[in-house]
Amino acid sequence: MSARDTQKQWRVLTAKVGLDGHDRGVKVVSRALRDAGVEVIYAGLRQTPEMVVEAAIQEDVDAIGVSLHSGAHMTLIPRILELLKQRNATDIVVFGGGIIPQDDARELKKMGVVEIFGPGTSLQSIIDFVNHGFKAA
Amino acid sequence: MALRRKTAYEEWAARYRSGKLVPKENATTMSGVPLQPLYTPEDLEGWSYEEKLGYPGEFPYTRGVYPSMYRGQPWTIRQFAGYGTAEETNRRYKFLLSQGQAGLSVAFDMPTLMGYDSDDPLAAGEVGHCGVAIDSLEDMETLFQGIRLDQITTSMTINSPAAILYAMYIAVGEKEGISPEKLGGTLQNDILKEYIAQKEYIFPPEPSMRLVVDTIVFAARHMPRWNAVSISGYHIREAGSTATQELAFTLADGMAYVEASVKAGLKVDQFAPRLSFFFDSHIDFFEEIAKFRAARRLWARLMRDKYGAKDPKSWMLRFHTQTAGVSLTRQQVENNISRTAYEAMAAVLGGTNSLHTNSMDEVLALPTERAAQIALRTQQVLAHETGVTNTIDPLGGSYFVEQLTDEMERGAQRYFDEIDAQGGVLRCIENGFFQREIADAAFEFERKLEANERIIVGVNAYKDGEGAEVPTLRIGPETEQGQVRRVKGVKARRDNTSVTNRLEELKAAARGRDNLMPLLLNCVKAYATEGEIMAALKEVFGIYREPILF
Repeated sequence: MSARDTQKQWRVLTAKVGLDGHDRGVKVVSRALRDAGVEVIYAGLRQTPEMVVEAAIQEDVDAIGVSLHSGAHMTLIPRILELLKQRNATDIVVFGGGIIPQDDARELKKMGVVEIFGPGTSLQSIIDFVNHGFKAA
Repeated sequence: MALRRKTAYEEWAARYRSGKLVPKENATTMSGVPLQPLYTPEDLEGWSYEEKLGYPGEFPYTRGVYPSMYRGQPWTIRQFAGYGTAEETNRRYKFLLSQGQAGLSVAFDMPTLMGYDSDDPLAAGEVGHCGVAIDSLEDMETLFQGIRLDQITTSMTINSPAAILYAMYIAVGEKEGISPEKLGGTLQNDILKEYIAQKEYIFPPEPSMRLVVDTIVFAARHMPRWNAVSISGYHIREAGSTATQELAFTLADGMAYVEASVKAGLKVDQFAPRLSFFFDSHIDFFEEIAKFRAARRLWARLMRDKYGAKDPKSWMLRFHTQTAGVSLTRQQVENNISRTAYEAMAAVLGGTNSLHTNSMDEVLALPTERAAQIALRTQQVLAHETGVTNTIDPLGGSYFVEQLTDEMERGAQRYFDEIDAQGGVLRCIENGFFQREIADAAFEFERKLEANERIIVGVNAYKDGEGAEVPTLRIGPETEQGQVRRVKGVKARRDNTSVTNRLEELKAAARGRDNLMPLLLNCVKAYATEGEIMAALKEVFGIYREPILF
């Protein structure tokens, strides 16, 4: 029996937060994770931090994956972390992707985001990240 | 003769396979069109120069829309720019104009694009980030302060609220004493591709189409120098479509605007000469060139034969091109300069009328000044050093390029038939056909990349780490705070009774069928904000939610 067969069935909520509509990346990642056996709930476009956190708690997910291309990541992602804290739901991990400068990615990771996947990330590395319990392989 | 040529071909084919090196099998374009290793006259059997190409500036315009093309005048270098406040962007525009640039291209921030004022909670963190923030006529006056609007042309990249920004521009002109017929410019205003790809929709498709048609009718009647809509494939391609899908869906959108405008009572030649297009130039060199050539030929035939346009200007597909943002990589960022240069050359060999080249760092953030300058210089090297401007449509007659151009055309026609069979463009938006086609193509592209069937240098080959970190442009929080104060100030100073009355009149008209442009003009002149006007229209039109699929 391989490690894979005994793996936990991970549940992930993916969402676009902020006002931009660039959903190519989030859709491709959602599909790749689903094909790799992860339960994926894609919340869709223009989700507010409140909507994302509410949905994550309702759906009892292990992780939230957010995608942003509008430049609002330093406002909206910290807000998600804060709301998770307020709701005593910090067991839900947060990762993200999109157009996020390296400095900001480092800053977000300091705040508690587990990983930021920029353009050009391989799908396999995101699948491995999820399968390793949301840790880099 | 024919027999000897065939024998020679067979001899070559035998040699091709018998060498020491095994030739690569099953090559395709990036979009999956199968490619032969060699094309010969036999691939163009029955092909007619007059029917397929003709001369530049003549039907079907395969070789270009103007008789002299780049010999007469090179393509227009049109770099899209804007960020922060109207005041900062106004300074930037004055600088650009002083450098000899004749046209401005306005980038709006996300809240403006989505119809929210800067003080709306949903705008938090986004004000001035992706472009300039415009809330009311006051900001528009600041944006163009000290610029003579009859001396320039202005392109405005905005879609759902396009009619409002259009009204603001006209109102600024009137304040300067310039009548609407003297204003020249372009609105992107292509709402169909928002549902299909870019997703900056607000209202449902039908009232959105009515707003677009209102602007087309208004421009046709009052503003002969204005392009009311720029029909855009760029966003469709960036969302993951193939080249064929980009071509087909864009022209299908174009046909939908033509049909809606005719239904609204215009004759096709009253507005079709002012329709313009906007395409992506991706990294598969010959496929892109074939796509541009096929687009011109297809549109000319559709306009003349399907819609009965008589004015040759209605047959001409004029287009702007932007190099492919999605082809840029975060890894080894400097490599993006060469990608952009090849893509720019494909656009030029395909006969583009204007061009934006991306900056290498746009994959990370808004471009820095240095990166933007390299992008501009890339076009200048292309125009002045490489010699590509000397000969019109230099690939015309190439066995390969002509065959591929025909193939792009056939592929687009298959999609036109499919869209018709499903009941037209609006139906295909509502049932998710376009969105599914694009999501499938995007996923297939990633799959090939993962399987190393497709190579991207620095990403899945020739990796040597991330490469040097490059500096990025940052927008500080003071931009947002200042803009929020400004819009609150406008709301406090203006005559609020007048605003309420104008918004009520707009709502009443929106429930009927009158052209909304005059009412929008009244609203913006009363300093109703963009967010207030959009909220009024939402009350009447409702909002759209797309089918979620991935």
